[in-house]
Formats: sequence, structure tokens, C-alpha cells
Amino acid sequence: MSQTLSFWAEYLPKLLSGLVISLEVTGAALAIGIPLGLVAALLVQSKSRSVRWTTLAIVEIGRGAPALILLQFAYFGLPSSGLQLSSMGSAIAALSWTTCAYTSEIIRAGLQAVPRGQNEAAMTLGLSRLDALRFVIVPQGMRVAAPALLGFAILMLQASALCFSIALPELLSRANLIGTTTFRYMEILMLAALLYAAICIPATILVAVIERRLGQHTA
Amino acid sequence: MTLDGVLLIAGGIYWTLVVTVCAFLLGAALGVPICAMRVSRSRVLNAVSVSLIVLLRSVPPIVWIFLLYFGLGSGFLTINPVPAAIIALGVITAANMAEIYRGALSSIHPGQWDASHALGLPVWSEFFDVMVPQLFRVTLPSATTYLIGLLKDSAIASTIGVAEIAYLANFLSNKQFHASLQIFAFAGALYILISLPLAAVARDADARLRSKVAQ
Repeated sequence: MSQTLSFWAEYLPKLLSGLVISLEVTGAALAIGIPLGLVAALLVQSKSRSVRWTTLAIVEIGRGAPALILLQFAYFGLPSSGLQLSSMGSAIAALSWTTCAYTSEIIRAGLQAVPRGQNEAAMTLGLSRLDALRFVIVPQGMRVAAPALLGFAILMLQASALCFSIALPELLSRANLIGTTTFRYMEILMLAALLYAAICIPATILVAVIERRLGQHTA
Repeated sequence: MTLDGVLLIAGGIYWTLVVTVCAFLLGAALGVPICAMRVSRSRVLNAVSVSLIVLLRSVPPIVWIFLLYFGLGSGFLTINPVPAAIIALGVITAANMAEIYRGALSSIHPGQWDASHALGLPVWSEFFDVMVPQLFRVTLPSATTYLIGLLKDSAIASTIGVAEIAYLANFLSNKQFHASLQIFAFAGALYILISLPLAAVARDADARLRSKVAQ
């Protein structure tokens, strides 16, 4: 036991710097993906059929193909077409795509939960369609979508572990590397699992609290 | 990408389906006792199942697979890649299915229990003839959604060497690097193609089961 603890103490800094990279990738993917998800949620309701179908294709591919394949597509596949991305760049690109696809569905559901009367009232008040969206529909819809989006953010941190397969030195890659050099796979992977849990468990509880709070305000 | 390549990757469908289906069955079965503990009146059982569910869901699936395959494999207990992937994904599925079952249980009107009592049905009949058919109907949509998610998660098994779609795509892309783009695009399309009929069957079954009950 004390052996394990001293082993953990020795390698914790390395894992923590990997965790920082995991968090960076997750943060970047969310920061790019969620706004794109909002755009996609609005575009699938577009009147133009070509816009609607293109958006739908982007969303359905992002949701239908495994994140692992999207990552490898970006990292191993794109260079053969001439676009060379670093492992960080491919990770952010692929996970942003996944985020955009999943959050567009979450946000769409949120927007649909806004009562129709809100839009009618905004029109009656003479707001332009854009202003109605910006000041009336989107703020209310995003509020409904917030808990699900936060829950998705936790899943995204977990998905960042898949970047192991494209040689991004994030938490799992570091743990694996330490495992191959020390042969103490069990201990180092347990520490990595504990680090993921240390973030995801409090985050899950927080999301549940926020969900309850927000639920109180909407009748 | 040649026809040979297409056939090679398509050959991975077998292991993708084996891992997905076995993990789902394992999870659907293990989810029952976890759910039973979760809704039991015993505080201890409750706490055990809640911590189990939270722990299983808070660590990424790929880390569970590594723990089982590399962790246990490094001198504790050697597991082959396929069972390791099935057990890891199955146990995670169990935690999620337990929550799905719990949601379904709470959606059943309490009057159903009262009515079965009033009719004097034996306990097993109350459960299997009254509750299970209703639970099945309520569970079906979320269970299928989960199954399709699991299909995509099964791609993780490629990282420990299960020769499923993602693994074969990697294998081929290492040999034909210039065709990597088409290879991974095809692999991704395969997953989508498999999930389409699954979703269609589920929608159909759901509609048929729904039409049998008064809304």
C-alpha cells in the first residue's frame, strides 16, 4: 500500500500535466462546438432545403460515427488529402464536430420547449426574426438546455481520453506511457481513473443541483 | 481504397457486433440487481448501488478497458481482448441500464401495484405479467438509444487489439497511408449504416407497443 502511494506521489505530477491537456482539449472542443451546435440547431429549421440537408448531414455524421473514428479521420486521414493537423489540432477539430452534432440536438430540444406564444408575442411587438431569436427564444431555450449541455461537457472530458489513439499526451496517454516503462499498469491506470473520477463525480453532482435549481424557476 | 480494403474492413462488423451485443446483454442482466438495490428500502444497498453507478459512469470507458486488459493483465489475471472489452463495456452498460430501469419503474402508475394486490395476484405474476410488459415498453426507446451509443463505444475495443471495424481501418491505413481518408470515412459510414436499421426496428417496435395501450 505504502509502495503504491509513493509510486503515485512520484508520478502524479506527470499525470496532472496530462490532465491539463485533457481539460484544454475538452474546453476548446466545447468552446468551438457549442456555438456551432447552436448555429446548427437554427439551421436545421431553415426554410432552404439545401441548408437543412447539409446541416442534417453534418449533425448525423457527427452523432453516428464513433468519436474515435472521427479523431483518427482527422489525424491519419486528412494528411492524405494534404491537410496536416497536429494531434492537438485534430483532437480539437474532431471533438468539436462531435460536440456540435450532439449539442445541436440538445439545443434544438431546448428551443422547441420555448412556448410558441413567445415567438408570436415577439412578432407582434415588431421584433425582427433575428431579434426575436436573440432576445427572446435563444436565451430561454439555452436555459432549458443548460443542464443537458453540462452533462454533455462531462462526457466530453471522458471522450478526450480517446485522444490516446492519436498520440496526444493527455492523461491516459501519460498513464499508459508510465505503465510501459515501469510495468506497474494497474497502479498507474487506477490513479488515472481516480483523477477522472475526481473531476467527473463532483461535476455530476453539481449538474444535478443546477438541474434542480433551474427546474424550480420554470413552472 | 480497393475492393479488398472494403471487404477487409467490413469483415470487422462481426467482432463489432459480438462486442456490442454481448456487452449489452451482460449490462441488461447486471442492471437488474443494481436497479433493485437502488430502489430497495435498505440504506446500505442504496448507497452501494449509487456509488457503483456513479463510479462506473465517472471513469471513461477506455480507462476501464485498459484497467481490465493492461491493469489486470500485468501480473494479476490474463484476459483476452474480446472478453476484456465485453466485460468492461458490459459493466458500464449495467450502471446505465440500472438508471434506465429505475426511470421506467417510476413511470408506472402506483395504481398498477394496488390493482394487482387487489386482484390477489401472486407476487411472481404481479411482476412478470403486469410489470414486466409495461417496463419493457417504457424501457425500449432509451435502451435502443443506449445500444446504438454502445455500438459506437465498441470502437474503443480496437485499442486493445480486438479485430473490429476501427481496428481493421487502422491496420489498413497503416499499410495504405495515401488512402487513409477514404478508409476512415468508410469505417465511420459503416457504423452509421449498422445503426440505421437498429433505430428503424426500435421505432417500429415502439410504435407497435404504444398502439396497444390507451394513452
